[in-house]
Amino acid sequence: MRHYLTKGAMMAGVSALALGLAAQNALAENVLRWTSQGDALTLDPMSQNEGPTNTMNGMIYESLVTRDAGMTLQPELAESWTSAPDGWTFKLREGVKFHDGADFTAEDVVFSFERAKSESSDFKEQAKAVASVEVIDDYTVKLVTDGPNPILPNQLTSIYMVDKGWAETNNVVLPQDFAAKEETYSVRNANGTGPFMVTSRAPDELTVLSAFDGWWGKGQFPGNVDKIEYRPIANAATRVAALLSGEVDFVLDPPLQDLKRIEATDGLKITTVAQIRSIFFGMDQGVDELRSSNIKGENPFKDVRVREAINLSIDKAAIQRVVMEGLSFPTGMITPPGVLGNTPDNDPPYPYDPEKAKALLAEAGYPDGFSIQLDCPNNRYNNDEKICQAAVAMLAKVGIDVSLSAIPKAQHFPKIQNRTTDFYLLGWGVPTLDSHYVFSYLLDKEGSWNATGYDNARVNEITGMITTETDIETRTALITEAWGIIKEEMPYAPIHHQVIAWAMAAGVEAPIAADDGLRPRYVVMN
Amino acid sequence: MLSFILRRLAQSLLVMAVVSAISFSLFNFVGDPVNNMVGQDATREDRVRIRNELGLNDPVLTQYFRFMGNALQADFGLSYRIKRPVDELIIERLPATLELVFASAVIALVLGITAGVYTGIRRNSWLSRSILSVSLVGVSLPTFIIGIGLIYLFAVILRWLPSSGRSGVVELGWWKTNFLTLDGWRSIILPALTLSLFQMTMILRLVRAEMLEVMQADFIKFARARGLAERAINFTHALKNTLVPVITIIGINIGGLIAFSVITETVFQWPGTGLMFIQAVDFVDVPIMAAYLCFVALMFVVVNLVVDLLYFAIDPRIRIRGR
Repeated sequence: MRHYLTKGAMMAGVSALALGLAAQNALAENVLRWTSQGDALTLDPMSQNEGPTNTMNGMIYESLVTRDAGMTLQPELAESWTSAPDGWTFKLREGVKFHDGADFTAEDVVFSFERAKSESSDFKEQAKAVASVEVIDDYTVKLVTDGPNPILPNQLTSIYMVDKGWAETNNVVLPQDFAAKEETYSVRNANGTGPFMVTSRAPDELTVLSAFDGWWGKGQFPGNVDKIEYRPIANAATRVAALLSGEVDFVLDPPLQDLKRIEATDGLKITTVAQIRSIFFGMDQGVDELRSSNIKGENPFKDVRVREAINLSIDKAAIQRVVMEGLSFPTGMITPPGVLGNTPDNDPPYPYDPEKAKALLAEAGYPDGFSIQLDCPNNRYNNDEKICQAAVAMLAKVGIDVSLSAIPKAQHFPKIQNRTTDFYLLGWGVPTLDSHYVFSYLLDKEGSWNATGYDNARVNEITGMITTETDIETRTALITEAWGIIKEEMPYAPIHHQVIAWAMAAGVEAPIAADDGLRPRYVVMN
Repeated sequence: MLSFILRRLAQSLLVMAVVSAISFSLFNFVGDPVNNMVGQDATREDRVRIRNELGLNDPVLTQYFRFMGNALQADFGLSYRIKRPVDELIIERLPATLELVFASAVIALVLGITAGVYTGIRRNSWLSRSILSVSLVGVSLPTFIIGIGLIYLFAVILRWLPSSGRSGVVELGWWKTNFLTLDGWRSIILPALTLSLFQMTMILRLVRAEMLEVMQADFIKFARARGLAERAINFTHALKNTLVPVITIIGINIGGLIAFSVITETVFQWPGTGLMFIQAVDFVDVPIMAAYLCFVALMFVVVNLVVDLLYFAIDPRIRIRGR
């Protein structure tokens, strides 16, 4: 009996202590404790263009213009901007301080663009739109472009501003080089103008950010978070457990299969939004003979009827229902709503019609179908491998014998970049929210992610024209024309647009954003 | 004795060289690191340039000798993923792994030997039988399922312990320890228990089998006849004679604990070398993978050497034969 008593007392003590600690945390200030799968790779705002890194750096650093949770452009370090034939003039916000107390002025803008355009920067593709930066006065800059650029502000939302003096003092004028031998100062130290500053950072363990008292936006935003504690948790089940046990308030990437369970738990909630990312299959119609097919001497994918047959034989609604548990939007385009160019006319998926698919195959000369290998990543998109498995079964019904090769992204993506795949799954997000980003990478004949070999003279031409066309109506008409051609020629077989789900405690109000970015300046904790 | 050690050291070096060569040749199949190192809008020229800068286009053998050459000068390069020196990263994360391995080895030894002796002596009691059947779970369930199960029980349902992470650490110089605060203890219990379960079961069954055999031996009967206390017979005379195989197994398995800690650390987000390795594999972070595999090989080699030396101390017969 005594034995049981002591044991009970000890356990009571332990739980009392746990409660005490939790209570102490909650009373002091509004601490947002959150988690996701992977930590930011570096705090250097220009060395790695990758989702989690950009999210973390976006809390510490700021750009001239930014997007709110609704993906609308908002002034950030620039108060206003106007276009000119050879560039854009930006009026900078006055009185902005970096975390170390230095003033933000035009010379920091010049410096930051030089840094972003340097060879070791991972943002140079976005920054190269800016040919040079002219200082007009301390708080006015002109970003000079090569010819007119109608969408420049869209391309600036992840070019963060760095303090010139700080970078020079700490020898981080350039982002870290891959061949470097030593860690540079900016990997674990940061000095931005953003609402939060780094208190401590242990990569893969815990990063603590605290509100920056001298932030220009204090009081102008609804958020009331004083401190952010970020703990990455690699394992999905553990991540959910941390939320269920109340150790974190927010999970950025809860696994889809656990959403129902989280929603059913008292004190927790789920929010979802359509993501700016579409999932689709690519078909190599450029080569003369497919590498993995039993058809020799010719390439079935060169025939648009075969490509249409593929589109018709995949049941997009079944994939949504069975594989994605409802969390996707089946589509007939490879870019989602929210991106300029997606239209309600083109967005509906191609119908599911296996009979017509069979007829088309027969008409094209393949009445018995053909065999082919499908390359698929298994650790990149929501249920990527399962989508491919479903497609294999669906294509088998029309006689196309697909062997599936599902491999990690690090092996999958090089196949696309090197154009050595016949048939593959790819997802594409569009940070600029403009079709040009889709055309230039996926549809232009030179596009670095266009492994389909698709080469349409008019689409190539339009890709070039919309980089300089400043009349919005003409430009939009060109974009719509190109999408019309693509809808007819079907170089890709679109599946769906992904859905983002966030899980959080009931007392947390975090506006969900289609780019999957957590914006703590809007986060309200009750 | 000295020649024995030298011979062992030479063998160890050979093992290290082979392990590093094999692991290096495997990296070619893991994928292209450059893909993870740049954003999706990087140009093809840029990818090629970075591959060249990193020497990834060189033949595997060239890459291997370059790695070994640098490694011998204690230069393991910079992690592709977090862009910090690899040796620094390993040293930083080593205490977490070693403390986890230490804690689970202690749990496995204390509980395993105690339960092994008990079940060996009280063969037919209901407690023995239930211990044995529960221990089956320990060997048959994969580590990550046990880990997740423990998390749901102790962190989500009972809320006694934290679900993951390493909190409450105290810095002693460069070494960060869990053992000086209550929080530290609370956070190490679940991962250590998870990691120890398999070893515990093995030790339990081994000790039990050895005990069953030794208890039949003549010297135990004589000890009884001498009127020695039961406790002295069990723990001094019987247990001592079961220890040689147990120590061998433990020795091999401490290396195994370090290797198994990869899974446990991932489930519990324990910031040790194993978690770092898994993340490196995901990212194709070759410098970390290479250094980690060499490090694990080194641990195995050292542990086995120590075990061999321990035989000398425990079993006089080996000492004689060793000459």
